Amino acid sequence: MPAYTQENVTDLVQGHRVHRDLYTSPEVYRLETQHLFRNVWMFVGHDSQTPNKGDYFTTQIADQPIIQVRHSDGEIHVLYNRCPHKGTKIAIDREGNTGKFFRCPYHAWSFKTDGCLLAIPLKKGYDGTTLKETENGKGMKAVGAVHNYRGFVFARLADEGISFEEFFGDSLSSIDNMVDRAPEGRMEVAGPPLRYMHKCNWKMLVENQTDTCHPMVAHESSAGTAVKIWDELGNPEPRPAAMQIIAPFMSAYDFFEGMGIRTWPNGHGHTGVQGSIHSDYDSIPGYFDAMTEAYGADMARAILDENRHNTVYFPNIMVKAPLGQLRNFIPMGADKTLVESYVYRPVGAPDALVARSAMYNRMINAPTSIVGHDDLEMYERAQEGLMSEGLEWVNVQRLYQEDEDFDVEAVENGTTERQMRNQFNAWAKFMTPQPSVPNAEAAE
Amino acid sequence: MTPSRDDLIDFIYAEARMLDEGHFSQWLDLWQPDGIYWMPLDYKQTDPDCITSLLYEDQFMLRLRVERLEGARTFSQKPKSRCHHVIQRPFVDVFEPEENRYQTNTSMHYVETRLDEQFLLALTAVHDLTVVDGALRIANKRVDLLNSDAAFGNIQLLP
Ligand code: FES
Ligand SMILES: [Fe+2]
Repeated sequence: MPAYTQENVTDLVQGHRVHRDLYTSPEVYRLETQHLFRNVWMFVGHDSQTPNKGDYFTTQIADQPIIQVRHSDGEIHVLYNRCPHKGTKIAIDREGNTGKFFRCPYHAWSFKTDGCLLAIPLKKGYDGTTLKETENGKGMKAVGAVHNYRGFVFARLADEGISFEEFFGDSLSSIDNMVDRAPEGRMEVAGPPLRYMHKCNWKMLVENQTDTCHPMVAHESSAGTAVKIWDELGNPEPRPAAMQIIAPFMSAYDFFEGMGIRTWPNGHGHTGVQGSIHSDYDSIPGYFDAMTEAYGADMARAILDENRHNTVYFPNIMVKAPLGQLRNFIPMGADKTLVESYVYRPVGAPDALVARSAMYNRMINAPTSIVGHDDLEMYERAQEGLMSEGLEWVNVQRLYQEDEDFDVEAVENGTTERQMRNQFNAWAKFMTPQPSVPNAEAAE
Repeated sequence: MTPSRDDLIDFIYAEARMLDEGHFSQWLDLWQPDGIYWMPLDYKQTDPDCITSLLYEDQFMLRLRVERLEGARTFSQKPKSRCHHVIQRPFVDVFEPEENRYQTNTSMHYVETRLDEQFLLALTAVHDLTVVDGALRIANKRVDLLNSDAAFGNIQLLP
């Protein structure tokens, strides 16, 4: 394997093909942590996970330990989970309330919930030293910039770089639609995420979110068997929820072709432009009434008629607006990815709606889920297969056109691999140094 | 028929052996038609509806799970997984013959293997049992994994 540098690593992306080292090389992963995951906007958490002052929750942005915390002024801050003294992780619980300050368990340096150094025991010991002028003397380091978009908290690790609005642009319409589905216009996290470990590269999972040519093949064992059993029972109505959720995975190629795929600049895109596998769910009693009361019937209808399937927010989350779900593909190495699958409650909607989302999540995204088994097996086989020296390149040529311009929004046949190429294009873009723009957001 | 405490305990052992030997369809026959298999995600979870679980499945889903294991295109089961339960003597927590209601609480170690991988789960299984036509049946089963909040790879068979 050649040695990769920031200069030559982008040669691994060549239009309709990408080099296998993109998935397998620890060197490429190291460069991703140094450049890609620092330059772009990464998902942190939802603000309902830290509703009160002093509430925090711990997570990771790739290999970086991170704390999301609600400061005394009510704002959400995102800090590196590292003591500026000798490095001890400050917060270990997955969530909690730290009160007015964090206190390091090693030597009791303490910090305000915005990270600023509050106190050091026996402070006199630093008299005459330069501690105050060092970075360590300032406190817990904050990420470069934070943006809370309708409850969803994102961070850019780099101090300077692309703004939140420019990075996401019109792709935010999927988050809008998800949140608009709440009669009160906001979501709340509904319990802990399912956590599922995959021994494969994070990009395989993200690509799969817009891979519409695999469900009827890879999921024949689960969705196909469901359809078969229901047939044997004589297709009695009403369909059980399981059939509504799992059976559409067996839809034919022309269904997925007709669904359409939309791509946006910077690697974002979604399947399901004209309806999706989520369009045919039974209505939930009382829900449309609550939506009508909040928005008026026309607006409510328009919100609910939008049935996008999977929206990829480059680099590593997927949002399912009709189900109030978000999946975070957390890279843990070239060949290891932790998947956290969240369900959110649309505030003001009937319980039955969140119950269906919770059901979808455990049926499709759990380590115990048969549909999840189908997918993980394919990723891990790909990870192993890519170690073969026989072929160097991975093909993403489906419905490829010369001179594709990813800087403009496009809608195409739902089985195109354009969204995957869009992601690789953005990958190469953000693996290179970003033009420095004034850091407006950090001051927010 | 009124089962003895030993009958209840023998039933739990027999169920584990059925799963270990791969007799999944026979295992399905042990269930009441409205029985639910629940594996919570959250420690001490009480709400199975509005909070996601690892598993909360009715007989349709369990049948799907079992038939899938035998399917010709079940790629994640090529080659097949095998499992192994080591169980501690069950506690009989509820013994109410007049109500036809019994409940056992069983500590187990569950081992699953496929190819070169093998993993171990420590768990507590709570069985609600009832007698139908002279035979014990599972009314509901709840499996609490000791590390239910950990990140797992595929868990493909039935703890
Ligand atoms: S390492 Fe945190 S106070 Fe010393
Ligand atoms: Fe899939």
